[in-house]
Amino acid sequence: MTLSSISSTLSRRPGIRLGLLLAAPLTWLVLVYVVALAALLVTAFWTIDSFTNELERTFTLDNVREITSEALYRTVTLRTLGVALLVTLIDCAIALPVGFYMAKVASRRSRHLLVIAFLMPLWASYLVKALAWRSLLSNGGLLDWAGGLVGLGTPGFGVTAIVLTQAYIWLPYVILPVYAAYERVPDSLLDAAGDLGARPARTFRTVVLPLVVPGLVAGSIFSFSLTMGDYITVNIVGGANQMLGNLVYINSGSNLPLAAAIALIPIAVIMIYLALVRRTGALENL
Amino acid sequence: MTISRTTRRLLAAVTGLVLAVLYAPLALVVVNSFNTSQALTWPPSGFTTEWWQRAAVNPGAHDAIITSLIVASCATVMALLLGTLLGLAMQRYSFFGKNTVNLLVILPIALPGIVTGIALSNAFSSILGIRLGFFTLVVAHATFCIVTVFNNVQARLRRMGGNLEEASADLGAGMWTTFRLVTLPQLRSALLAGGLLAFALSFDEIIVTTFAAGPGVTTLPVWILTNLFRPGQAPIVNVVAVVMIVVSVAPIWLAQRLSSDPSESTRAIH
Repeated sequence: MTLSSISSTLSRRPGIRLGLLLAAPLTWLVLVYVVALAALLVTAFWTIDSFTNELERTFTLDNVREITSEALYRTVTLRTLGVALLVTLIDCAIALPVGFYMAKVASRRSRHLLVIAFLMPLWASYLVKALAWRSLLSNGGLLDWAGGLVGLGTPGFGVTAIVLTQAYIWLPYVILPVYAAYERVPDSLLDAAGDLGARPARTFRTVVLPLVVPGLVAGSIFSFSLTMGDYITVNIVGGANQMLGNLVYINSGSNLPLAAAIALIPIAVIMIYLALVRRTGALENL
Repeated sequence: MTISRTTRRLLAAVTGLVLAVLYAPLALVVVNSFNTSQALTWPPSGFTTEWWQRAAVNPGAHDAIITSLIVASCATVMALLLGTLLGLAMQRYSFFGKNTVNLLVILPIALPGIVTGIALSNAFSSILGIRLGFFTLVVAHATFCIVTVFNNVQARLRRMGGNLEEASADLGAGMWTTFRLVTLPQLRSALLAGGLLAFALSFDEIIVTTFAAGPGVTTLPVWILTNLFRPGQAPIVNVVAVVMIVVSVAPIWLAQRLSSDPSESTRAIH
């Protein structure tokens, strides 16, 4: 079979064409990722022998029972959810006006520069940013010094520091999809709303905002999910506080079934979140 | 909609303030890299280039940078291949289970890194019996990088439409010729933007890396994390960070110049 005859067979058979396109990526994603997730799910219902530390492959609800009954997990889950929601709210509240300014107010030239300015911090290492905030927030650090001038101090290391640092780190991930969503709103729509007598505030609320929601939700998936799973920033600026990621990390070495069971909490939360936002069309805006 | 001058000024002020907050901590890292004191106190106690000199001859940092560059390059190549195939399939065909496939691509990035990390390391070492190392790391990184390429390719294909490809087929070009001479040239800048994002994503990743790399492979983030709290090493970490920020300016500028549509290069910025 020559190359051209293969080509003509393929052009007559779109099904085969699709199959060839999908084969490699789907095999990869299913083999590597779906199998791994399923295995993790199963592991959550196994246990380890408390004497030998060996994995016991028998079905048990012990881990799930432990997680639902012990106060520690409830406290940490609520703290993690609270921090993730707060970080997402802060980032959305900042992204809405900034994205609007970038897409609809700034001149074309400065728009390009602004996009670059907001892209750049994405490339600075995540760890370095966490480290920078550790230095900012430390006792005798820059915030303490600047705050001292107006009679305030640093919030120190703790939940406030976690929220501030996470909101800082994930901010560009929210601003950029929001900006892209504003950018796709045609100016003619704004003009039409204005011509029909709507004041800017009303145009924004009833015309622009509904069109920007998919971008906003896409950004919030990043900030929410990245905060939910983070444990390194928590270690760097969180003091003694733990989040779900820390509990998973600590247990992953010694008690994998328990770690897997704890990991089910963020998985469930994110899945619910994705299911809720799916209808907004946000998943196509990532 | 006419926006009043006050609102414009207010919005500009907010944007400026946010940019200032975004860059102040990075500036602090630059200042700290020249600070004589290793404590995190402000104001700095004096100026020194000692950390820069020490970083210039630090073999650990250099090896870590090279490892990260290799891992990110391999992961990017895999992500480019798989993401392009998937983008073509998803944008040019409709089929049963399309939404599920879409979710499947997003999942590795939407689920917390620790979940992806622990799931992959468990699958590699306990199920497949592969020793954790360079190979498993590249596979793990490629898995969550696919989405950036996929999104860029899909968006570009949607904008391109199918007219040119149909014209090429009508003029007698085979599928491969059409892809090589018509589709690929139009995809080039989208591939570059998606590839750069994938590279950046892989280069900076730490959580999945911790689980999937095993003890033998030290990428730059792993090196930074192990040296962060070591006395005498923290200032060198600052120097490495500054170098990375400066070096990253070039590819971002390039990606911006190459994509005519500024909103496109921000897709899946993750």
